[in-house]
Amino acid sequence: MRFTDRPERAASSSEAFIEFCDVSKIFFRQSERVLLGRYVKALFQHQPRDRFYALKKVCFRINHGENVAIVGPNGSGKSTLLSLAIGLTPPDEGTVTASGRIAGLLELGSGFHQDLTGRENVFLNASLLGFTRRGTEEMLESVIEFADIGDFIDERLRTYSSGMTMRLAFSVAVNLSPDFLIVDEVLSVGDTAFQQKCFRKIDEMKRNGKTLLCVSHSPAMVRRLCERTLWLDHGELIMDGNTEDVLRTYEGEMLERTKTP
Amino acid sequence: MKDFKIRYRNMSLGVLWSILNPLVMMGVLTIVFGRIFPNPSIELFPVFILCGLVPWNFFTQAWNSATTSLTDNVNLVKRVAAPRLALPIASVIASGLQIAFQIALLLTLVIIFGKGVNLYWVWLPLLWVLELVFACGMGLVSSSINVYIRDTRYIVESVLVVFFWFVPIFYPASIIPQRYQGIYMLNPVTEVVMGTRNILLEAKAPPTSSLINLVVVSLVMLAFGFGIFVRMQRRFYELL
Repeated sequence: MRFTDRPERAASSSEAFIEFCDVSKIFFRQSERVLLGRYVKALFQHQPRDRFYALKKVCFRINHGENVAIVGPNGSGKSTLLSLAIGLTPPDEGTVTASGRIAGLLELGSGFHQDLTGRENVFLNASLLGFTRRGTEEMLESVIEFADIGDFIDERLRTYSSGMTMRLAFSVAVNLSPDFLIVDEVLSVGDTAFQQKCFRKIDEMKRNGKTLLCVSHSPAMVRRLCERTLWLDHGELIMDGNTEDVLRTYEGEMLERTKTP
Repeated sequence: MKDFKIRYRNMSLGVLWSILNPLVMMGVLTIVFGRIFPNPSIELFPVFILCGLVPWNFFTQAWNSATTSLTDNVNLVKRVAAPRLALPIASVIASGLQIAFQIALLLTLVIIFGKGVNLYWVWLPLLWVLELVFACGMGLVSSSINVYIRDTRYIVESVLVVFFWFVPIFYPASIIPQRYQGIYMLNPVTEVVMGTRNILLEAKAPPTSSLINLVVVSLVMLAFGFGIFVRMQRRFYELL
């Protein structure tokens, strides 16, 4: 994943897609298993390992130029799905296929170092995503301009508020001009002004055939940004379709659940 | 990916400490093995010890920090789509940068004690780069195992404590009984220590056989570490 020459970038964006085909992801419920004592114990007594499906036979395809949201209650597998799309972990069953450049923003401040300044972090973050030093220098101005955090760019990251960290992280991610921008509930930290700015940026990216895949608990944000929505529940894809239809059903169902505890 | 080292720059402020530590060790070992257990056959005993300590310190620091590099950076492993191999390797390289001060100290002492610069100094970078390669291989193995079994870092620490005695740091390799020599020589750190002494103290090139040995063991270890790491990283996400 080297992103230096522009022609290739243009070519890849015309056919960029993410496809999940019968994807399942299994997690084991024993967290202490990473200690040596556990392994020794397992040698002597066989314990069946408790496992559950974080994702179960999930199928969908996202084409370029399509903004897609994922909704669902906590623990329904939304973040796991994004991790699979980014390629952080392989599926246990099925296949995940992705082409095009992906920039993921899964957690605030990941890929940032608290002891470095904002400016140094831009370089660190960009290099983690495979950018060369020269390429980063070229886009540094626009990153700083978009983040709009003033003099703080030369302060250490530990002095940042979470909103400022988010501004910087988001600014790096969009300036990498990825084919896919994958965002996990990060935007909600920003203030209204910055959110509006992000929305406009995402609109602009969409016009250029780029794609947003996001997780959000804010129906307003989903309606504003995405025309298509996936509804996940207990690792299963309940509904996939037009945002308005999916959200109406989803909100109805959630309301139903709060009524009958 | 090399920009990774920016990350570590702020941590290496203690230049003084990184020089003071080997000086103290050198002093202690000189007193113990120079005065208490006198070993008169060795000239320039303090420098002799430092030739052993510097490669040893590098290996200790590199292997230790590489071992925990993945578990210390869970955020990077779980949330950023960057090659994970870079983490242990960057730790090893960062240790190498920190050890540069100790190398400078060693070379300064060699010159102060009148041993002068000789042509064979050009071999030194090769020796140390090979040690770095070896440390990368060891770090790749131990860091990935450490994800599966968190006790690994303590095992690594203990192994290092034991091996301090089995590397000829405060004694010459020549006093090792003949039948153990073969096993000793399999350890690349031993080869680097002896090679460094050959060059700095005896002004001669390290024997070809030990260079070949060093090259083979380091590269095999790197390939092995790479293989293990690639295989094991499939489950890093779940286990971290």
